[in-house]
Amino acid sequence: MKILVCITNVPDTTSRIAFINNDTEFDKSGIQYVIGPYDDFALARAVELKEELGGTVTALNVGEAYGDPVIRKALAIGADDAIRINSFPKDSFFVAKQIAEVVKKGGYDLVLMGRESSDFNGGQVHGMVGEMVGLPVVSPVMKLDIENGKAKIAREIDGGKEFLEVNLPFIAGCQEPIAEWKIPNMRGIMSARTKPLQVLEPVGDETRISLKKFSLPPEKGEVKMIDEDNVEELVQLLKNEAKVI
Amino acid sequence: MHNKFTNFRETETTRKSRPMETKVERQAIKGGEFLIRETLPEEIFIPEEFSEEQKMMAQACQDFIDKEVFPYQDRIDNMEEGFMAGLLTKAGELGLLGVSIPEKYGGLGMSFNTSMLIAEVIGSAGSFSTAQGAQTGIGTLPILYYGTEEQKQKYLPGLASAELKTCYCLSEPDAGSDANSAKTKAVLTEDGKFYSITGQKMWISNGGFADVLLVFAKIEDDKDLSTFILERSFDGITMNEEEKKMGIKGSSTRQIFFNDCKVPVENLLGERGQGFKIALNVLNIGRIKLGVAAIGACKHLIDLSVNYGIERKQFGKSIVEFGAIQHKLAKMATKTYACESASYRAGQDIEDKIDALIKEGMDEQQAKLKGLEEFAIECAIIKVHGSEILDFAVDEGVQIFGGMGYSAEAPMERAYRDARICRIYEGTNEINRLMLVGILIKRAMKGELDVMGKAMAVGKELQSVPSFGNGQGGGLFTKEKETIKNLKKIILMVAGDAVQTLGVAMKDEQEILMNVADMMIEIYLAESTILRTEKLVALHGEEACESQINMSQLYLYEAVDKIAIAAKEALASFSSGDKQKVMLMGLKRFTKTELVNTKKLRRQIARKMIDNKGYAF
Repeated sequence: MKILVCITNVPDTTSRIAFINNDTEFDKSGIQYVIGPYDDFALARAVELKEELGGTVTALNVGEAYGDPVIRKALAIGADDAIRINSFPKDSFFVAKQIAEVVKKGGYDLVLMGRESSDFNGGQVHGMVGEMVGLPVVSPVMKLDIENGKAKIAREIDGGKEFLEVNLPFIAGCQEPIAEWKIPNMRGIMSARTKPLQVLEPVGDETRISLKKFSLPPEKGEVKMIDEDNVEELVQLLKNEAKVI
Repeated sequence: MHNKFTNFRETETTRKSRPMETKVERQAIKGGEFLIRETLPEEIFIPEEFSEEQKMMAQACQDFIDKEVFPYQDRIDNMEEGFMAGLLTKAGELGLLGVSIPEKYGGLGMSFNTSMLIAEVIGSAGSFSTAQGAQTGIGTLPILYYGTEEQKQKYLPGLASAELKTCYCLSEPDAGSDANSAKTKAVLTEDGKFYSITGQKMWISNGGFADVLLVFAKIEDDKDLSTFILERSFDGITMNEEEKKMGIKGSSTRQIFFNDCKVPVENLLGERGQGFKIALNVLNIGRIKLGVAAIGACKHLIDLSVNYGIERKQFGKSIVEFGAIQHKLAKMATKTYACESASYRAGQDIEDKIDALIKEGMDEQQAKLKGLEEFAIECAIIKVHGSEILDFAVDEGVQIFGGMGYSAEAPMERAYRDARICRIYEGTNEINRLMLVGILIKRAMKGELDVMGKAMAVGKELQSVPSFGNGQGGGLFTKEKETIKNLKKIILMVAGDAVQTLGVAMKDEQEILMNVADMMIEIYLAESTILRTEKLVALHGEEACESQINMSQLYLYEAVDKIAIAAKEALASFSSGDKQKVMLMGLKRFTKTELVNTKKLRRQIARKMIDNKGYAF
């Protein structure tokens, strides 16, 4: 089983978010980066599948060198090698294009990634990659097993559960509870430094989205607590004060 | 998972200047030498220099604690059957127990400072921290340092993987601080194949589930202890129920009885009569590790306090916005920063000494022991300081939490109880204080440290006209460094004169020894803090290090007063007349400092913590 896991390099979820240059650029100073939480689930499942079925896991990141510690963490968790496409991930299309190039050349049985990144939360990359390389895409994938060369997938949908079977190779956008996050063990961390990390230059620079401006969500207002028996007051407030009903 | 261990992002410049990877040759310094030698910032290691790999290890430990320990504190404290042993097994799977064990025995063979970093992170985990410390420190290291090849092969791989749990049996009902007075006996059987051990041990951490027991006992009528490796399966081992304790309730603590327990002669660890030495040397490691674990606990308490203080609103605003709370938070952080600075400085000094000894051809394990013995003074300083700042932090933590601090529903109540043991175990803080001054005096007498020469120079200086104009100039910490030099002179003046006046009787004047110890602790901490910040500023500039500069100034400012009080107490107790007058004038001269606006400094430090929602340095 040859597995490719695409990982994003995103600000730690507890980071303080700020913008610079007239709110056109994210302020990276002092930000700590982590593996995108959804990608972390995908990576954990990939490592489990490797342990079950044998094979290799390659971690792929589209990003600049400051993200190398995050890639090395993926190697520490259990990826065998890694590829970094040396460019800032400009938009979903650009990232998908880079991933597609690697997928085309790599001959992978399985391409896993998070269902979305936790910075821009576009949720489009897996779909685009599928289109570019002509492979089926399923997202979100909440349970994934490989049996007799086919992928058995389960996921929750509105009002129930859906079970799918997909031929390999295919592309999965993963989310919990596909696997539990893995804590790298000490030996894994020590061996990460000797595992290969290949840096490749990007293919093309076409993008489809241009960013105009960022803004922070408005501060949350004061919360009014209403007694659970006092439904009338709630209705009054929603009608007259919040004016939403 | 929150990434805590990357406060300063690495730049190309810092990476290149980081000594861990390039392994810069440092000149190994002597233990205790800080008192008579000026240290340069580039000579010390600072925690900001930990490599990406070391930080990743620390983060993995933090993730483990967050996932496996914090959510289950109640189950741990209730001593749920098998839970703690299971946690140790999980920690073993992650490699957290084999950090100091060489690779050929199934461990990871990491550097001393890496093992310190891991101890720091685990330090926030209360009972688990004690269990992990007992397993990896006092329970494992005697075998590693003194074991025969067969003993190492037999036990170390299991100890690294946690397949074997271990405990260290030294204390007895009548032998605590005076460990060498233990009554447990070992008698050689007639066939010469076994030692029969009989006696009683108490306060044995991990006693309830340990498979391997390191037992200290006296062979026949020996004056000194010997050490034996026992296995739980041996006949004649029984134990009492779990002790009911104030804190670390989840840590198994038992009394263990040995009744004609037959131990094969090959299970004698080290040489006959070497046990007390083994106990003391291993405790040096336990001490510095306990100190560094206290730092981890302090950081955790600070994070909790800051976040609670942000959420808790009174008089229409978060209580962290009030000066009284900011004052507390800044003090907690300053002490923690100081202890961290001293711990990793000492940790690296130990590592450098070990490297130097290995280079000279010494066996690796012997070199480790010697390296630690060399820095026994620093190990004791860090144990005492760490455990005392933890008690300070936890007390203020409870205060910031207010009523909730006193409620068992919030984490502070447990933390308050858990912290208290740290001033008692691994040698009480009193024993550590006496010991650190004792070692200094011994080394001075032997001529290993030129304390007397330096003390005489201070005596001469007291007779001369004070020089003015020192400490002038605009550089960062110019005045502070002058103050540090002067504070060292006070210690040399007081300790030197006390030894001269009292001679051998000084060993019975424990109050004076305590005064000297307090002064040594403060000077080591204050100097380490200044040196760390100076090194940081060189890497990142003054603006980025504003809080660190403020903390360094604050720490020193308070240290001056503490040293002055200790010096006065000591001088009043053994000196008199003109000599006393001259020394009091010297004291006044050497403690002269300018007034510092501590409120302003503390507010800046607190603001940084509020903005970053925790300990941010």
